[in-house]
Amino acid sequence: MDNFFLAIALVLSFLVLICLYRAVFGPTVIDRIISVGVVGTKTLIVLLLMGFIYKRMDMFVDISLLYAILSFIGALIFAKYFVRKGVL
Amino acid sequence: MSILTVVLNIVVIVLISFGVFFFAAGTVGFLRFPDFYSRMHATGKCDTLGVVLSCAGIALYALHDGLSLGNILVSLKIMFIAVFWFLGGPTATHALLNSAFNSGILPWTKDGKAIIEWPPK
Amino acid sequence: MRYIVSFIIFFLLWVIWSGKFDFFHLSLGVISCILVISISHDLLFQRSNFQKKDITETVRFIKYIPWLLYQIILANIHVAKLALHPRMNDLIDPHIIRFKTKLRKDMSLVTFANSITLTPGTITILIRDGYYFVHAIDMKVAGDLPGEMEERVGHVFMEDSDG
Repeated sequence: MDNFFLAIALVLSFLVLICLYRAVFGPTVIDRIISVGVVGTKTLIVLLLMGFIYKRMDMFVDISLLYAILSFIGALIFAKYFVRKGVL
Repeated sequence: MSILTVVLNIVVIVLISFGVFFFAAGTVGFLRFPDFYSRMHATGKCDTLGVVLSCAGIALYALHDGLSLGNILVSLKIMFIAVFWFLGGPTATHALLNSAFNSGILPWTKDGKAIIEWPPK
Repeated sequence: MRYIVSFIIFFLLWVIWSGKFDFFHLSLGVISCILVISISHDLLFQRSNFQKKDITETVRFIKYIPWLLYQIILANIHVAKLALHPRMNDLIDPHIIRFKTKLRKDMSLVTFANSITLTPGTITILIRDGYYFVHAIDMKVAGDLPGEMEERVGHVFMEDSDG
């Protein structure tokens, strides 16, 4: 099963690379914010799979929970901040 | 290797594969759709289901070496991540689109009318 | 009453997250649960006493979840099909549609908005003065709104029986 998890983690990392296209060349600011959120979601799953590969699930699960909460709050803060600053 | 382990592994592989398939579809849609309102459809939905399916598979696999207390706690925590994302994903999507709409950005349309009344008279 | 129920929920969450069962960590959990409840006791339950219809609402909400999951899987297959379709530009026809809702309670408005966001090709953008602004990706999925889902959400939170 370790090989399967490793392959899935590689596929997800490749998808993260594709998503970075929008973060770099995205036409608007919102595109870049969405792209950061999508990368955060995939990183969450990669972190959980890394827990299986390193056999330290109890530690990695806390890290990925914090990562989920931080990327959720990050999206909310970006949304508020850009409206107030009038950057969009 | 007992029959139960084989069944568990197959279920885990199917769940995680479907999750990754939805991730891939969301990413392709994210690159192809014409404006960010439509891109939000791809990311907001496919990522939510992808996270929930993958977390279900991972939570099942966390139980593979026996039902000890630590394993059950880890599995419960992963299920909490899935539930949190299930509630938080739509909220984050809605907050971003709300701020974009309030700043006066209208979506890309084919006929130029951005807002239409529903149901049509 | 709501203090006790909130305390039990928070303390269960604390035990699951901490994973340690000695006296020191449990007492830390009790102290922080009491602190959180004293600050934000009105967030989880709005009314101070429980009535019979709270239980009915909870049961109906649990019955609503499987239907919602089925709709979400349909939605994801629809969007994935659109995203992977070679003639994607001919199929999509995005618009913001505006419709009036019958729902009044905060909780049912939020549930309906999140359900719209999770189901076929539609995202809630704004709720203002009883009007929903929904971004729909093509006209076929917009035809289902507000429709069956509003009926079901209104049934869950008993909109027709009281105000």
